[in-house]
Amino acid sequence: MMAGNLGTWGNKLHSGEKTYPIVAQRRRWFTISGVLMAISVALLLFKGLTLGIDFTGGTQYVVPDVANPDAAPAEEAVAEIDPGQEPRISVLGEDDIRVQLGVLDQDDQIALTSALAEAYDVPEDTISFDQIGPTWGASVGQAALQGLVIFLLLVFGVIALYFRAWRMAAAAIVALLHDLLFTAGIYALSGFEVTPATVIGFLTILGYSLYDTVVVFDKVRENTANLQSQHRYTYAELANLAINQTLVRSINTSVVALLPVASILFIGSFVLGAGTLKDIALALFVGMAVGTFSSVFVATPLEVTLRGSEKAIQEHTAKVLALRESGEADVVTRQDGSVRVGALQPGGHLGVGAQPKRKGRG
Amino acid sequence: MSKVTKGARTSLIWLAAILVALYALLAVGVLTGKTSWTPGLALDLAGGRQIILTPVLDEGATQEIDESDLDQAVSVIRQRVDASGVAEAEIATQGNNIVVSLPGNPSQSTVDLVAQAAQLQFRPVLLVGDPSPTTTDETVTEPGASPTPSPSASPSASASAAATPEPTPSASEVAHVVGEADAEPSASPSPVLLDAGVPEATATPEPAASDVPAETPEDNSSFAWLTPQVMADYEALDCLAPENYGGRSMGDPDAGYVACSSSDLAKLAMGPVEITGDDLETASSGPEMSQTGSFTGGYEVRLQFNSEGAAKFSEVTSRLVDLEEPRSQFAIVLDGVVISHPVVQSRITNGEASISGSFTQEQAEQLANQLKFGALPLSLEVQSNQQISSTLGEDQLEKGLIAGAIGLILVALYSLVQYRALGFVTIASLLIAGGLTFAIISLLSWGLGYRLSLAGIAGLIVAIGITADSFIVYFERIRDELREGRSLKSAVDHAWKRARRTILISDAVSLLAAVTLYVLAVGGVRGFAFTLGLTTVIDVVVVMLFTHPVMVLLARTRFFGEGHKWSGLDPRQLGREAIYKGRGRVRTGAPARSGAATGGDDGLTLAERKAAQRRAAAGAPSATDVSAVNEAAEPEGADAVDAPANETKGGA
Repeated sequence: MMAGNLGTWGNKLHSGEKTYPIVAQRRRWFTISGVLMAISVALLLFKGLTLGIDFTGGTQYVVPDVANPDAAPAEEAVAEIDPGQEPRISVLGEDDIRVQLGVLDQDDQIALTSALAEAYDVPEDTISFDQIGPTWGASVGQAALQGLVIFLLLVFGVIALYFRAWRMAAAAIVALLHDLLFTAGIYALSGFEVTPATVIGFLTILGYSLYDTVVVFDKVRENTANLQSQHRYTYAELANLAINQTLVRSINTSVVALLPVASILFIGSFVLGAGTLKDIALALFVGMAVGTFSSVFVATPLEVTLRGSEKAIQEHTAKVLALRESGEADVVTRQDGSVRVGALQPGGHLGVGAQPKRKGRG
Repeated sequence: MSKVTKGARTSLIWLAAILVALYALLAVGVLTGKTSWTPGLALDLAGGRQIILTPVLDEGATQEIDESDLDQAVSVIRQRVDASGVAEAEIATQGNNIVVSLPGNPSQSTVDLVAQAAQLQFRPVLLVGDPSPTTTDETVTEPGASPTPSPSASPSASASAAATPEPTPSASEVAHVVGEADAEPSASPSPVLLDAGVPEATATPEPAASDVPAETPEDNSSFAWLTPQVMADYEALDCLAPENYGGRSMGDPDAGYVACSSSDLAKLAMGPVEITGDDLETASSGPEMSQTGSFTGGYEVRLQFNSEGAAKFSEVTSRLVDLEEPRSQFAIVLDGVVISHPVVQSRITNGEASISGSFTQEQAEQLANQLKFGALPLSLEVQSNQQISSTLGEDQLEKGLIAGAIGLILVALYSLVQYRALGFVTIASLLIAGGLTFAIISLLSWGLGYRLSLAGIAGLIVAIGITADSFIVYFERIRDELREGRSLKSAVDHAWKRARRTILISDAVSLLAAVTLYVLAVGGVRGFAFTLGLTTVIDVVVVMLFTHPVMVLLARTRFFGEGHKWSGLDPRQLGREAIYKGRGRVRTGAPARSGAATGGDDGLTLAERKAAQRRAAAGAPSATDVSAVNEAAEPEGADAVDAPANETKGGA
């Protein structure tokens, strides 16, 4: 049973019986992330994002509930009113027709509404349209970018204050940028349309990715709170333990967060067709999945690397390793000689029966 | 211990009180017919027209658009829309944009009205009258009566009552324009007329031409501008009707015009435009100063004309200063509404005037803002013009709600599989959070006019998962504490202290994201950010007042406290075979030290190894023999175990 397995697995990860050396193998993860980042940047630069009409400017019509979802009547209607246009016509969901074209003037726009209503034999007031000026997208994008920069600065401050370590804040921010860049890369690769709703999705990734990272970092902080008063484990080992101990949590929180997003994505893509719901959900789905990956494989290893340059931690690590060499360290070693890093398992009380019997005089 | 239980009960009672209060308030609203149970829907769900406008300054303009100008633009648009009879229109600023939401499918003329630029005009006042439409007899005689040349009466403000048949509703509202640097004594009743002079009595427009002045008017203050057409308009104008305070035509700048005054509801007939907003540089307000430089205690509005405006203003004031009431007044007309009609008290040549009267600070500020806005060479650029049919909106709402329901069910199922009976705590917490969110959104929709948009609904659905995350953080923490061998009661206590911190900092970061988005973003992002921020706050409330108290109480039940197999908190499943129950009693459930849960050949303490060596020396069977089970019981990540674990040393 899944629960049992995940629970038992969690127990082993908690006690250190089972360990994934994520921090130790951080070079591998950095390389993977680095390559993915490079690919994302290349895709963004050379292929670019597919921008929706909100960013390029133009006009869009949606004719809902048509009897016969066919593009031909719309093409004819457009050709009649503005022959210069090259309409992109698609069927959304089951029976909605979407017509996208370039910028239209006011009179043509009104004429086309009537023409489409006639072509598909629907009442004129059921037709939705959206006319976007050419500069609107730029201002939306600019507002989003401005929001992003201010948010990053604020978050850097909050995390640095909370953890009292600016390196943690820096690692969290880098992981965040990693998520954004990677998600944008996927958009460039797949050619999904970027709309204002997608931008909403991107911006929400910020909040979510950080939520995940903060949960892991909180455990790292807890595990390393008494770092200097013990000489069994190094900082890196304890941070790695934190990742392992929060692994089940990360999986559960991610699955639970992704389930509603997946249900919007499903409804949005298969029932409604394109639209706000699908656009937000798609960006969130990709971003959340990447966010979970980055909080485990990027944020914490990076944090360990950054903090490794702190003098106190360097000295501590050297001391721990020296103790181990000398064989005096009170640590559990595996058969292959590696050190088992895990939560100490305190002995349980075994009851009065286990207490030593009083001898003599009795 | 009972203290803890009591605290938990108090929290639950508080939560119940909050819920009851919210719903009671909502019920009151519904029963009194002021609101409905469901929140109001935004345009993209209810259908309607959304127009996003960006105010743009003409090229070469030196001014800048600030927040007060945007607010003015909004109020001008609101006046126009209200006057056009469209109900429930919403006009708001978002960043540098103005978002106009009109329900239904408004006519093109309404849409054009919205995007029209507002104009500021200065016109000389010819007549001031009662707000209500006047009968023909009265008004026709009026222009004949008032223009009787009586220069001696003109400079005094108190004379205004005599000049018009009926006093303006509040005569004190009529302000005075004073030249700040002008040395000429303002109130001097100079008998020597300037060339601008008094209109001839013959100029009184008795029925003659329709809308063209019967004879060429001598100047802009001439009664010749009161053509029969203007007089007919004047008579018909009802300044008590709200539709006359917005969206009116600005009239022909070279002809007479009638409009209502928003400050005192007076009805005014005016001559042609003398000065436009282009000639006004800026306006400001501040405490009024007397000529000696001391504060009078009142407030004034200062106008600053550019050089061209200064010349024109000098000309106008020199003419008006010698005219009788009400022709010594000039009207400032913004978007077809007279925002002020002060009496000229002196000739102002330097382009710096001030309007004083019995302003409060707010009134002065408002007038200054209106003037400043009118001075901007501003046009409204349509950025987006979106029409959503109500059928499409309903469809989206319905499918959105279905998506939400599916998401909720999936999360509930996953929680039950993962956390067994504890899953019910998650589900209950989510339902409570949902109930709180619904009530608050409905109340906000009533109180603040909040409208739920599709993006907002997406935010709510996404929030299901994010809210459930904080329960998972808490539950996993409780499990960690159980793994360390605590009893459930103390595990809940310890876990709460740790998890609370994590939940608070994570939620703080989420809230920060939501607030930043809300403040900076435009369009649909706001609706999303709002619901996300709201649910983050509700998440904290629910975890504090419901999830934790419930856990405290559940830890005292037999089912959970003793770690029933289906409770999700079974210590045996968490690798603890025994729970210390206090007072030297333990509860053992499983055979001690089953290999699958704890020991393994790869993890021996120093003491265990020494014991094993002793046993081996004594020929006894080693305790590590059971460990073979361990290898087989590891379902996942077998490859990672193969990785050299000693790499963990490379930390520094």
